[in-house]
Amino acid sequence: MGRFYNSSIGKKFFVSITGLFLMAFLLVHLGVNSLLMFDDTGELFNQAAHFMGSNPIMKVIEPILGIGFILHIVYALIVQIVNWTKRPVKYSKWDQKESSSWASRNMIYLGAIVLIFLGIHLVNFFFKIKFGTVAPITYADGVKMHNSYALVAELFKNCTAIDVLYVLGGIFLGLHLNHGFWSAFQTIGWSNNDWRKKLELVGSIYALIIAIGFSIIPLYFLIKF
Amino acid sequence: MSDKNINIKVKVWRQVDANDKGRFETYEVNNVSTDSSFLEMMDVMNESLVQQGKEPVAFDHDCREGICGMCSLFINGRAHGPDTLITTCQLHMRKFKDSQTITVEPWRAKGFPVIKDLIVDRTAFDKILHAGGFVSVNTGNAPDANAIPISKPAADEAMDAASCIGCGACVATCKNSSAMLFVAAKVSQLALLPQGKIEAARRAKAMVAKMDDLGFGSCSNTGACEMECPKGISLSNIARLNREYLVANVTD
Repeated sequence: MGRFYNSSIGKKFFVSITGLFLMAFLLVHLGVNSLLMFDDTGELFNQAAHFMGSNPIMKVIEPILGIGFILHIVYALIVQIVNWTKRPVKYSKWDQKESSSWASRNMIYLGAIVLIFLGIHLVNFFFKIKFGTVAPITYADGVKMHNSYALVAELFKNCTAIDVLYVLGGIFLGLHLNHGFWSAFQTIGWSNNDWRKKLELVGSIYALIIAIGFSIIPLYFLIKF
Repeated sequence: MSDKNINIKVKVWRQVDANDKGRFETYEVNNVSTDSSFLEMMDVMNESLVQQGKEPVAFDHDCREGICGMCSLFINGRAHGPDTLITTCQLHMRKFKDSQTITVEPWRAKGFPVIKDLIVDRTAFDKILHAGGFVSVNTGNAPDANAIPISKPAADEAMDAASCIGCGACVATCKNSSAMLFVAAKVSQLALLPQGKIEAARRAKAMVAKMDDLGFGSCSNTGACEMECPKGISLSNIARLNREYLVANVTD
């Protein structure tokens, strides 16, 4: 197995399975976040966020998620850096757009943009909720929880630059996923001539849902309030 | 078909040997029939260079009917030039315009070092085949035809994979200089058939290890190789190679 970890396919395998894991996380994340738009008192979202933050399964998954991000980034970087060395003399003229999509050729840059966005996103919300001072709120059931809704709503209502940033983040993430989705299945070998078409279609729909879904939340707060 | 003649400029890579830094030189080629092939145009150009007392441009070619895989050339930014499902010998000059400058470069990849001008060393492909692209059979009489039943879809897929001519366009066009499409085709053509299944695990591991050793990059599924492949080798072969390789490592 030692050779496997060091082989080109082995390294890509880790990028692929961590990618699939992160894509599953994104769906859950979007599912919970979409509750922001269905109850303007914020209780629905706060209850959901509290549930996600407090149940034992999520406590186990949270560090795994962190590791998933790190492995995905590290392995993708290793693969990319090695690949950059494989054409010592460049072409003087290279017409790539005839044979491949822009997103598929620029996954590392799209990934880097998403990573920068992720950093800003963690500072905006995650670190504040986890380690900072977010006002507590208590609902009818008597459980004290973070008023995460207020934190999100405050930021999205008052800062247009942040809204634009989150829409852009959604778009770049969507482009990354549009190639990443089917590519992940291809790398683990779950594709053939029939399935490729299906996977590409499902991947595009998935990427669209994620991009539109995450973009619509800041726009909701910006336009409605 | 119009028998139009065009005048073109060919900006071509010149390199004395593997150690030379190399440079571009531009030659004018006049009165080129649009019905001629790209290689015939190169011949005309070389004739004129010889007449001027210059060294002709070295380029690979052999059968000139699209089946040997010798002709390479990165023409105007694309492997085998501006057309699909063809080798360079099948590229017609009618794909170019009068007074156009055509850039001609050798395959660029760490695994394919330039020998001279437009000729690159593709021995790496042979070495990958030596590592596992075969079936081990005992000597003796050939077995009866149809003694081993093979389903029509499997036979077809194996045949499609076997149509790879090893030209290297996949490597040349890949942004990572990856040889995955070539290796995938060579693994698939055997893995799909009962005779090849016996050594499938060893083959996948040996050929991938060799591919990695010889300086080729890894696949990022852009699909450029499939688009530029003169034989239209499908990306599904790469999925099969990934599958074969993963299974080989899990079962070992």
